[in-house]
Amino acid sequence: MNEFWHIEPRFEAAVKGYFAQPPQAELELEFPVPEKDFNTAGNGASETKNLLKRLGVDSDTLRRIAVAAYEAEINVAAHSKGGIMKCLIYDDLIHIRFQDEGPGIADMDQAMIPGYSTADELVREMGFGAGLGLPNIKKNSDALHILSSANNPTTVELLIFF
Amino acid sequence: MINLKDLMPLIEATNHTPALDPAEVDIKGGYVCDMLSDVMGSAKTGQAWITIMRHLNVIAVASMTGIPAVIFAKGITPDANVIDKATEESIVLLSSPFETFKLAGIVYKALSS
Repeated sequence: MNEFWHIEPRFEAAVKGYFAQPPQAELELEFPVPEKDFNTAGNGASETKNLLKRLGVDSDTLRRIAVAAYEAEINVAAHSKGGIMKCLIYDDLIHIRFQDEGPGIADMDQAMIPGYSTADELVREMGFGAGLGLPNIKKNSDALHILSSANNPTTVELLIFF
Repeated sequence: MINLKDLMPLIEATNHTPALDPAEVDIKGGYVCDMLSDVMGSAKTGQAWITIMRHLNVIAVASMTGIPAVIFAKGITPDANVIDKATEESIVLLSSPFETFKLAGIVYKALSS
């Protein structure tokens, strides 16, 4: 398995503490992300954003959560055989985990390079496939963890603090 | 900053979302791109987005990014399902007969004056 970690330095202790012993979430949400369905992709990001807005999360944080989650949903729809988006919501952070059914990321380093994309023609016609998905997720997350390899499922999980 | 209602005559705009009042929307800047991820990566909340893409994902991107108004260049008209979704998300959809370059120039000038 190939692994990618990015943690914003100021959140390093909090992120490590969280993953060492994940607490019980206040709220859990789960959304299916079907393969090549670019209309359903985004539902998870949208519903999560609306819920967090009602809970009083500030607009800049909402925007980062929505963009990171939507990009990840598009990635699952565009590149995998489909998957699940799961949100764990706490008082001070959200943990969003995307688990797909493969076929996995063969070259993690390349996948993280802005502009590199393996997207097909359909995805490009939809205005995606610019190779900016993972870089956008990284940019908007306080922590990003990716676990994948060729011919295996991919897990993408991110933390954003409120 | 410019009020969307004041911008509309300058770009000869058609409003596709009559249920939303352009006078309630203030535009803080503009962004021009047809790649959705680039818009999500670089556009800022409160900007008007000029594009020729007109499918449903445009509304999702505008919503996630905090874009209050999408301006379609070259007279491009969105489908009814796109208009419905935009109305639901309170995103004003306008069409301008001008090409992207000219349209961006007018919006830029209006914002600068």
